Amino acid sequence: MRDVAIIGVGLTKFGERWDSSIKELMAEAGLAALQDANITSKDINAIYGGSMTPGRFIGQEHVAALMADQLGLGNIPATRVENACASGGSALRQGYMAVASGIHDIVVVGGVEKMTDVSTSEATTALGGAGDQEWELFQGITFPGLYALMARRHMHDYGTTEEQLAAVAVKNHANAYKNKYAQFHKLITIDEVLNSKKVADPLKLLDCSPITDGAAAVVLAPLEIAKKYNDTPIKIAASEQASDTLRLADRESITSIKAARISAENAYRHAGVTPKDIDVAEVHDCFTIAEIIAMEDLGFFKKGEAAKAIEEGRTQINGDVSVNTSGGLKGCGHPVGATGIKQAVEITWQLRGEAEGRQVDGAEIGLTHNVGGSGATAVVHVLKRAD
Amino acid sequence: MKTSKEKKGINMAGIVGYGAYIPKYRIKVEEIAKIWGEDAESIKSGLNIMEKSVPGIDEDSATIAVEAARKAIKHAGIDVKKIGAIYVGSESPPYAVKPTATIVAEAIDANTSLFAADLEFACKAGTDGMQIAMGLVESNMIKYGMAIGADTSQGGPGDALEYTASAGGAAYIIGEEKKEIIADIIATAGYVTDTPDFWRREGAKYPSHGGRFTGEPAYFKHVINATNALFEKTGMHASDFAYAVFHQPNGKFPIIAAKQLGFSESQITTGLLTPRIGNTYSGASMLGLAAVLDVAKPGDKILVTSFGSGAGSDSFAIEVKEPIEEKRKRIEESVESMIERGRVYLDYASYLRNRGSIEKK
Amino acid sequence: MEKSPADLWRHVKSRYFLLGSVCENCGTKYFPPRVVCRKCGRNTKMKPYKFNGTGEIYSFTTIRAPADEFEEQAPYTVGLIKLDEGPIIEGHILTDESNEPIKIGTRVKVAFRKMYKEGNEGLIYYHYKFVPAPEQQKKQEKSKQKRA
Repeated sequence: MRDVAIIGVGLTKFGERWDSSIKELMAEAGLAALQDANITSKDINAIYGGSMTPGRFIGQEHVAALMADQLGLGNIPATRVENACASGGSALRQGYMAVASGIHDIVVVGGVEKMTDVSTSEATTALGGAGDQEWELFQGITFPGLYALMARRHMHDYGTTEEQLAAVAVKNHANAYKNKYAQFHKLITIDEVLNSKKVADPLKLLDCSPITDGAAAVVLAPLEIAKKYNDTPIKIAASEQASDTLRLADRESITSIKAARISAENAYRHAGVTPKDIDVAEVHDCFTIAEIIAMEDLGFFKKGEAAKAIEEGRTQINGDVSVNTSGGLKGCGHPVGATGIKQAVEITWQLRGEAEGRQVDGAEIGLTHNVGGSGATAVVHVLKRAD
Repeated sequence: MKTSKEKKGINMAGIVGYGAYIPKYRIKVEEIAKIWGEDAESIKSGLNIMEKSVPGIDEDSATIAVEAARKAIKHAGIDVKKIGAIYVGSESPPYAVKPTATIVAEAIDANTSLFAADLEFACKAGTDGMQIAMGLVESNMIKYGMAIGADTSQGGPGDALEYTASAGGAAYIIGEEKKEIIADIIATAGYVTDTPDFWRREGAKYPSHGGRFTGEPAYFKHVINATNALFEKTGMHASDFAYAVFHQPNGKFPIIAAKQLGFSESQITTGLLTPRIGNTYSGASMLGLAAVLDVAKPGDKILVTSFGSGAGSDSFAIEVKEPIEEKRKRIEESVESMIERGRVYLDYASYLRNRGSIEKK
Repeated sequence: MEKSPADLWRHVKSRYFLLGSVCENCGTKYFPPRVVCRKCGRNTKMKPYKFNGTGEIYSFTTIRAPADEFEEQAPYTVGLIKLDEGPIIEGHILTDESNEPIKIGTRVKVAFRKMYKEGNEGLIYYHYKFVPAPEQQKKQEKSKQKRA
């Protein structure tokens, strides 16, 4: 087993990309990553592609092969990875394992989702496939519905308030404001969140991440040769993943995502760090409640105390831990399959000192947290500056 | 006076349990009248009706039939696997082809070796089912038979029927064991003719009817004749009965029929539900009977005469038995409590939405 | 997405009367029914088990942005119900101004309703739903008082 580093990253602008098809999105991100890594196509040995459901959004499957094709990568092995909203993070782990094991040397990992060619209700139905199709989606329990059930229980068990949920969205919009790749460049207030259209109470429109088109890509290499390509390679100090029951109803608890807790514990152990050591984190805020639960699952705050901490500003840029500096899923956007990769891109920029306008001072250790569905999959990576 | 059956010494079939279901939504006469610019007070007094029941947006005659069936099984206290037949009478079945009876059978986890069918005879299809169940039980082909009358009937917008066509149903389990029977069905008689008083063609959304023709040549002729046939069969008269239940398309017809047959208004009050819930069509006579059975005492005799357009009537002479009092304790919601409990009043637009008359594009 | 008649048919017993399964090896009850017991793995001894349909609300939400096929019914309330026999299951909760506002802990019982229908020519899907059961609430409160 050898150490793995990120030597190049690339991202498209996230948003309603009417102008771009899935091919153009993947090419845009992929090209940027290859240029950032200063690497030629023939040096790439394999590609992993994360995308949740291009088949239902645009009728296109087989997207990893498509990525290899769009980037002119020749006849390398191309594999699509799907774990709902954790497709990106899962693809990253597959790429990591390929390099760490020695089977491949240089690997591209991409994530993409093209969501805006269908109506909102069709998109809602497609995303519902992340949950249990027979018992959750079949009964009309949408994705926001599932997280609303978690939110209501969290409010009942810990006294979390709707204002505290709103504080997550406000912070992430403030961060996105400074991120030129983000979908939204609009500051919002607590009141605006509270007064936004009800989706599934207690969640309102501004508690929910949007529907977004976008792609992200990273280039991985063995750490021992990384400096050939990049002066500040970012080491993947830990890449951990866990699964849990598909149905929310089957979980031990609906106010915590066990798969995330397990992944985080394993990641901290592997990386030789504790939650206090994390300077900057990109977490899966598909809904505001998800960020609160993530703070607790990742050990940044005790169970039941995260909401207040967020409200007090302790997770703002340069706070106790800077969370979702990119704007998170809420502010930056959530092209499902791309998100897990985008998180790695953002942490890479932070650790390199390249996060324009939203740089965390002296960031050395970062974390990404990517969740599939209501928690049936979770992937946690710990990244460190390797120089 | 012994009936011919009793003389032969054959066990008679009786009711071993029943269940009723009325949705909680209502719409008042005033609410409908104001849409068409009609005078609510004259409609209320003319038809003797104040409001009618409306199904929830997720209810139909199948869901009503299942709710009633489940209650009947609980009330009867029998092993559902011993039910040998299920008949569902309705003129608003969810499918034109695919029986409600099998939906009910699965929902109550009945045996697969069942006789089952859906019946249509306008508002008397439920009582038709009772007669069929009686025959199967008395001939020892089955141990228990279930007959259900359930409807979510439609009245065309602006038509007189719009004020009365409502939703509800009742299920009866027929058996032969004396210690289980809460009410003996002493005798039954029928009277049918081909009379086009009220009909609906395949594909037509709303029924058509003959206006005043639905009265004397249809409702009254058949109700009176069937009841008289029953009187003759049994040698009984109106005064032998503690209660009488007639089919009730409005709140007036049963009162007139009762008088013609020699019943007093007090005998029919308990079983006359239309003024408060409208005409539940196939459920009407059966719900009226359920309301009576909720309060009747052992020894009470009950006359029930249904009416189905097209046209025909079934008449039954029923005698309440001892087991009724013990089984009554199992009833969580009586007909009266369903009529009165937590009603949700709808405006006309919500009523149309619940009925499926208006849908989102 | 249109479903096949076979899909409806496979689900009839579980959706109509809460037929789940119980592992006779360890006694754990499951809804919906499943093949493999989570605790017993290859020692699974799964048999059918009918749930009573009574329980209490574990969490709930009113959905205002509906999924496809649910547009007619929106808004609708869904919840997680902890059945008395143990499992927590998803279900619609029929609640309106005629009952006490529901909350976590409200006792419920099962009812039979339509879930949706496939247009004007397709199949109709029936399903269990839950209604508040105030009579059980009173019983539960009485027994809590007795114990106190």
